[in-house]
Amino acid sequence: MTQHEAENPLAVRPQPRLLRALTIVSALGFAGTLVLGLFVAGTDIQQGQVQRIFYIHMPSFFGAFTAFGATVLGGIIYLWRGSEAWDRIALAGVEVGLAFALINLLTGSIWARPIWNTWWTWDPRLTSAAVMCLTYAAYLMLRAGIENPQRRRSLMSVYGIFAFISVLLTLFIIRIVPDTIHPVIVGASPQNAQGAFEATSGVVVALLPSLLLWLTLMPITLMWHRYRLALRQEAVDALKLKLLGA
Amino acid sequence: MNRHFLTAVRAIVSKDLRAEWRSRELVGAMALFSLLSVLVFSFALELDKNAREEAISGVLWVSLIFASLLGFNRSLALEQDQGSLDALLLAPVSRSAIFVGKLLGNCLFTLLVALALLPLMTALYGVQLLDGWALLTTIVGVFGFSVIGTLLATLAVQTRSREALLPIALLPICLPFLLTAVRATKGIVSGAPPSEWRVWLQLLAAITIIYLVFCLLLYRFVLEE
Amino acid sequence: MSRRGLIEVQRLSKHFGWRSVLRELDFFVHRGECALLLGANGSGKSTLLRLLCGLSRATSGVIRIGGWSLPAEASAVRAQIGLLAHRPLLYENLTARENLDFFAALYAIPPAERARRRDDLLAQVGLAARANSLVRGFSRGMQQRLSLARALLHQPDLLLLDEPYTGLDSAGCAMLDGLLTAASRSGCTIIMSTHQLERKPAYADRALILAGGSLVYAGPAANDLAALYRQASASA
Repeated sequence: MTQHEAENPLAVRPQPRLLRALTIVSALGFAGTLVLGLFVAGTDIQQGQVQRIFYIHMPSFFGAFTAFGATVLGGIIYLWRGSEAWDRIALAGVEVGLAFALINLLTGSIWARPIWNTWWTWDPRLTSAAVMCLTYAAYLMLRAGIENPQRRRSLMSVYGIFAFISVLLTLFIIRIVPDTIHPVIVGASPQNAQGAFEATSGVVVALLPSLLLWLTLMPITLMWHRYRLALRQEAVDALKLKLLGA
Repeated sequence: MNRHFLTAVRAIVSKDLRAEWRSRELVGAMALFSLLSVLVFSFALELDKNAREEAISGVLWVSLIFASLLGFNRSLALEQDQGSLDALLLAPVSRSAIFVGKLLGNCLFTLLVALALLPLMTALYGVQLLDGWALLTTIVGVFGFSVIGTLLATLAVQTRSREALLPIALLPICLPFLLTAVRATKGIVSGAPPSEWRVWLQLLAAITIIYLVFCLLLYRFVLEE
Repeated sequence: MSRRGLIEVQRLSKHFGWRSVLRELDFFVHRGECALLLGANGSGKSTLLRLLCGLSRATSGVIRIGGWSLPAEASAVRAQIGLLAHRPLLYENLTARENLDFFAALYAIPPAERARRRDDLLAQVGLAARANSLVRGFSRGMQQRLSLARALLHQPDLLLLDEPYTGLDSAGCAMLDGLLTAASRSGCTIIMSTHQLERKPAYADRALILAGGSLVYAGPAANDLAALYRQASASA
């Protein structure tokens, strides 16, 4: 925070041109991948239209990892250099990642209803995805419970790192358990997978752009907006304290 | 420096043991809680002979982790309440010595509870938990979640509602321990050949080492401002 | 610690979030001096002491103790600092003697010396008879005495005392005066926050007066502390 902003806390800098461009490109890209997924890609012979949800389901899962990865990176750099900016990035990563993970769960659930005949099943993969959401929900709850901002930043940097380690390990352990019914699109599906489909060239054409978009542009743009929101929140807090005469 | 590290670790561990020997509040509460939890599970799950073999290792580990939550919280809250955590921080000892000291104490208390639980569950449920390998799995697993539990309890005592937040912080992070320890114990209890469950025990050990390394690296950030 | 021997504080500020607790402090204390830290409740005295012993991290500014900067090089000076904080920093389920033995081990006091120093200090703070009682049963004043023994145990070069007279009876205050005079005479630097303005301790050389997080006076301690305090606070 510069001296200028500290004196006039509500004077938040205007949106950088790059951010505006990123926002527009992401929005257009999202619309474009929707068109690809909904109209260009062929209809799956066995599953029908519902298979199209996959073009969001899988990319959102990977997008969550970009965001959670940013949390780890932000945490490490914060602990190393102590700059508040990286802590804001870490927090933005958690919130954006959590939103993506919830999209992943929700779309999976909608797909499972016709294919598996249930909204939810205690399959190891589904459970681990749910645990991932809960881990980061715990992050947000812990964060809200620490009053001293300096302590909060370093404690949450540490927690962000451990959350990621535990999510990765859980996914890894789940992977070596063969008893899942979840289909694997990349690589061979397990024998008892239900609802698998082939990654034909049509599927790849729709999937690849969507995957790239959700992996890079979407999380980065959203996190940037969240970062600026954090700046504003801090400015409002500062103003409150000033008015209260503290 | 190295000798001082060991002196400090020993001082912290023996201080915790001595205080615990006087009050017995930690191990007592943990043991009673885990016993209750085992009994409640047996009612709630209506464990028959077959279900028992399936569920027993899950019951064992969940009870242990819940009991340890109680202990870790108390052990770090004792330091925080009297401000003695500050006294530890002021002392010219490395932060990892403080971590290792608290970790060993926590691990020892949980292990005591586990060692009481194993023969008890063997007797109550008629499954064979008194086995060298089961014992080894228990020791590695308890040590493993004591590692992350000690770090997270140090974190949680600094939050506003610490009793509520430790379980929320710890349970998702110690899931890898739970998953591997339960499968290893299950394999051992069911009498399966070692080739089937050995991989879980190895994974458990590997995860423990990973967490230990990260905890040693990061503990000072949890303690210091 | 090098023998350049002084505390140097430059442009020291501490914020908790957006609340500023200490603003741009500048002062120094020479080796062997005793500085009194005066100020109303909430003026930032305890925060300053926590910063000086490395328990807390400054938002900006420089703290140097004996040439080492805090908190980056805190590990170099930890062994030289003794703190008597507001809370007793003791273990309730240990006896007075066990508490001191524990800290003696942490401060790497040679085992041969531990018992002697511990027993000397217990006698000096008037707890020799209660050495084997649990701290749990101690009164506030007794805990304060034991905390003092803990702070002096490793013969620190710098003593930081947060309202050390709290909870002490008149005999206790006299005991504390005696111990601090002796420490001061043997070259120990002392910074002590206090509310007792009526009576300037004989060993006090310097006064630092805080008001609302700013240092309003840093200079020699006048004999009439109360007048000095009124004057400094009024001019702020």
